[in-house]
Amino acid sequence: MNPNPPENRGLTAIDGAMALIVILLIVQIWLLSATLESYLAGHREAAIPGAIISAILFAACLALYRFVDRIDSDVRQDIK
Amino acid sequence: MSWFCKPSSVPLWRDEFPVFTAGERYVSRRQFTKFLTLTSFGMLVGNLWILAQSWSRRAPAWPRLRVAEADEIAVGGVKTFSYPTAADPCILVRTGADSYVAYSQKCTHLSCAVYYEKARNRFECPCHQGFFSIADGSVLQGPPRRALPRVALERAGGQLIAIRVEAENA
Repeated sequence: MNPNPPENRGLTAIDGAMALIVILLIVQIWLLSATLESYLAGHREAAIPGAIISAILFAACLALYRFVDRIDSDVRQDIK
Repeated sequence: MSWFCKPSSVPLWRDEFPVFTAGERYVSRRQFTKFLTLTSFGMLVGNLWILAQSWSRRAPAWPRLRVAEADEIAVGGVKTFSYPTAADPCILVRTGADSYVAYSQKCTHLSCAVYYEKARNRFECPCHQGFFSIADGSVLQGPPRRALPRVALERAGGQLIAIRVEAENA
């Protein structure tokens, strides 16, 4: 019995990418709450770095999504 | 959308509704990843909204308002007034023969009206026992975390004029 059939090849990579996205999201949630609290306390200078870092985190999430999408279509074409 | 998803030769319905059971694991993971990415986009929008708010907010133009005659209140005496609008109660205290301080009367905790406690020379919020310094409005004790906004005063002849509010987040 094959422990890793071909249809499961990409699942580990996809699960790893999902775990990374979740970690990035946790950081982004913290960043949003910290920026909001800072803004409400009158420190407007935190808004620009907050937005830049949030954009970088979103770009990383988008790249990981594209990675997942690519593996998904590659593997499922093989399944067909 | 080719920059977002890899172009596929198969029809969309087959991409989203797999025929084989093995493909379903991929589709559910891809859709969950898409949901997470959209959540990330939502948080980026939130950060951009904060950025837009911080850019669009301008410093307010403060009116000049005659608060009191300089000798109208005794040393240790108090007068309340509203500044800059009628909905912003403030408190003026004569702390010495020639020194006056004025602060917003709204507690920075839950907006109860603070009063001057002459015996201990400090402001007190009776709702939750918050205490503020008379010198700079800073929190001495209690649940408030921010200082009382200070009303800047100007002496014009025998009159005290309120010219602006100096607050952390004004």
